[in-house]
Amino acid sequence: MFKVQKLIKVLKFVFGMREMALVLVLLVIGVIMTSISPVFLSYLNLRAILMALSVEAPIAVGMVILLISGGLDLSVGSTLAFAGVAAGLSLNAGLPAPVSILVGLLAALGVGLANGLLVAKVGINPFITTLGMMTIVRGLLLVLAGGRAVLNLTHSFTVIGQGVLFGVQYPIYVMLIIVIVGDILMRNSRFFRQNYYIGGNEKAARLTGINVNLMKIFNFCLTAFLAGVAGLLITARFGSASVTVGSGLELKVITAAIIGGASLSGGEGSVFGAFLGALLMAVIANALNLMGVDVFWQTLVTGVILITAVVIDQVNEQRKRGQQ
Amino acid sequence: MEIILDARNISMSFPGVLAVDNISLKLCKGEILALIGENGAGKSTLINVLGGVQKPDRGQIILNGKSVMFSSSDQAIRAGISVVFQELSLVDGLSIAENIFANRQPIGMLNKINWRQLYQQTQEFLEKFNLELNPRTLVKNLTMGQKQILEILKAISTSPKVLILDEPTSALTEREIKYLFKNIRMLRKQDMSFIYITHKLSEVFQIADRVMVMRDGKKSGSERVNNVSENDLISMMVGRKIKNLYGIRGSAFSENETVLRVVGLNRKNVFEDVNFELRKGEILGLAGLIGAGRTEVGRAIVGVDPKDSGHIYLDGKEVHINNPKDAIIHKIAYLTEDRKKDGLFEGMALRYNIIAPSIENFTSVISFLDHKRINRYVESSVLEFDITTTSIMKKVLYLSGGNQQKVLVAMWMGIQPRVIIFDDPARGVDVGSKADIYQILKDSASRGVGIIIISSELSELIGVCDRILAFHHGRIMGEVLHKDFSEERIMALAAGIVNAERSQSTSSAR
Repeated sequence: MFKVQKLIKVLKFVFGMREMALVLVLLVIGVIMTSISPVFLSYLNLRAILMALSVEAPIAVGMVILLISGGLDLSVGSTLAFAGVAAGLSLNAGLPAPVSILVGLLAALGVGLANGLLVAKVGINPFITTLGMMTIVRGLLLVLAGGRAVLNLTHSFTVIGQGVLFGVQYPIYVMLIIVIVGDILMRNSRFFRQNYYIGGNEKAARLTGINVNLMKIFNFCLTAFLAGVAGLLITARFGSASVTVGSGLELKVITAAIIGGASLSGGEGSVFGAFLGALLMAVIANALNLMGVDVFWQTLVTGVILITAVVIDQVNEQRKRGQQ
Repeated sequence: MEIILDARNISMSFPGVLAVDNISLKLCKGEILALIGENGAGKSTLINVLGGVQKPDRGQIILNGKSVMFSSSDQAIRAGISVVFQELSLVDGLSIAENIFANRQPIGMLNKINWRQLYQQTQEFLEKFNLELNPRTLVKNLTMGQKQILEILKAISTSPKVLILDEPTSALTEREIKYLFKNIRMLRKQDMSFIYITHKLSEVFQIADRVMVMRDGKKSGSERVNNVSENDLISMMVGRKIKNLYGIRGSAFSENETVLRVVGLNRKNVFEDVNFELRKGEILGLAGLIGAGRTEVGRAIVGVDPKDSGHIYLDGKEVHINNPKDAIIHKIAYLTEDRKKDGLFEGMALRYNIIAPSIENFTSVISFLDHKRINRYVESSVLEFDITTTSIMKKVLYLSGGNQQKVLVAMWMGIQPRVIIFDDPARGVDVGSKADIYQILKDSASRGVGIIIISSELSELIGVCDRILAFHHGRIMGEVLHKDFSEERIMALAAGIVNAERSQSTSSAR
């Protein structure tokens, strides 16, 4: 009898934790896909999934931290492209690769700083601020690039996106490092955990001595920086800085974070959860590809998963409230 | 006396809890029945049943001789029972007229609202209650007190036989409360009956004829107000004799030095020329009406609100406190008057709340959190402050009001404060927890902590404090020592009537 009760308790705990539920879903999909397509578990396919992930996952880390603190950033897609274009133009102007990388990152940081200052110091709400910034930055990079992609980037730069170590491309390593470090910091670092307090009750957080404005500016800078990193990696991968890349990316990243347990009102979520959310989206896209399903279905399925995740959250909340 | 409402054997349960357990009550025409009880006693559920919001599992309601069964609050209102809940149902974006006659606007052909008639009817209605407000005024431009009064008038406009009021004075000033009571007495002469829920026992004695006490869903007592004392009511509410609601003062702290000195605190239009001293081990009360500026003074001391000028001295040395972090470093704790708004992190677990201001103490070298140490500390804190919870991982919003307040106390005790500024300690707190909190404060004082209590409840200040400063429109009107404590004296100062001499000990700032 005790064993059964304990099992139920474990199951409740497992499903209670969003991350565990996602891991289970991923395992189930994995099992189903392996039986449908022998290619699924192949080394090349798994690598492809991770490569697709390497654009969204790093940004999702920043985004989920922002969401937890009650913020939001719709400009990440534009920032991603901006960093790539900035680096590309620097390379074409003859600057060495390391300097160009720095230029790209600084460009991204600039956007983040602008977002942070507008939200924290001027007090405009993040949605409107980053919505405006999204358009401004996209326009800016179009102007700088003359409306065309920046081509012929030197090898010393493209190696960061195309290089391989032990059979795994560099971007995958970068992504994994960012996710792992991000998760550890958000679980354990006092500094990073302040975000939960800010998202939980911003006014109370201020009263307990947290420098809320500083955190907000930091978060926007971090998110933009990560978008810049992703932008540089994807530019290096394709050897050219596209001016249209990243459109619509912000919504995918936010979806990943929310599937992973974050809420738009703040105070909840985790880096690991956001990673799993992004992974789930990538796996489903991959699975549908392998099964020969139209690309359009992917968007539909992603949307269904998002709503399902949020509905489950809502039901759980109501159940818990009823019990109290 | 004719019985207007006869509720018999009402029972109502929810998953896991029997909220109302076989309650019967009778109400006569023109009678005012006070309904009191701690949070969770079942009062809200009972009035939900009477008001038609919920159908009871068992029981009968007989209104004016006829047995009735409500399947909606609308039905109840049409039958003659109206409820004014604590949460306002007003629409900010609409006018006073449209709110009072919500869904009952006078209409003409094709459902078109007859605006002239609407405003005229509202004007007449407002005049009947001596309310000088323009019916066209948008509700969002009213003060909280005006909104609360409007909510009550809205219910009265349905001409109920029984009007149920749930904590109607929580946001009202003294003057507005007097106004409300005057109108209740007027309506009672017209045979309207009232059920009046309140946490303020003093109001029971002011306005009610009879009082009914609920505890754990059951009727724990029902008496004529003349036949009971406050202590009787408290005992009925809590189920145990609370001999000392305001706590017992242990030995006075040995040293008598000043721990906090405030000089020349000014903020234009908010507070002016505020000077006072707080000694170690002393409990100082700041009395005054709502809006007297005391909260703003408290928040200015800890750097949350701005000040135009002023100096703060801790243990004789001047300190500059420009933000909450500075205050925490100097070990001054400020416990906010609205814990829901800016005190607690309701969606977060208890353990994260308790460590919030003192979180630096729980980190290792690389500023990572030490969860083992945190859990140990939180467990001992929960025991020390007698917080009722099944687990330290429980989200604070699931705790009762009294326990939430204790979490707030535990939170700030964690910084080992030398000075505690407690704003409205008993707001939304049940009697049992109130007594616990007062005792905690008195014990802290015995250990040398200087405590400032900001409150509008005179009985609370008189029961807990050693000394009281009365504020009026941002200025300190006078000081009352323990031996001279009296409600009249303090009220007079708070109303700005008497300009009493300041005693020698606090005029050292000049």
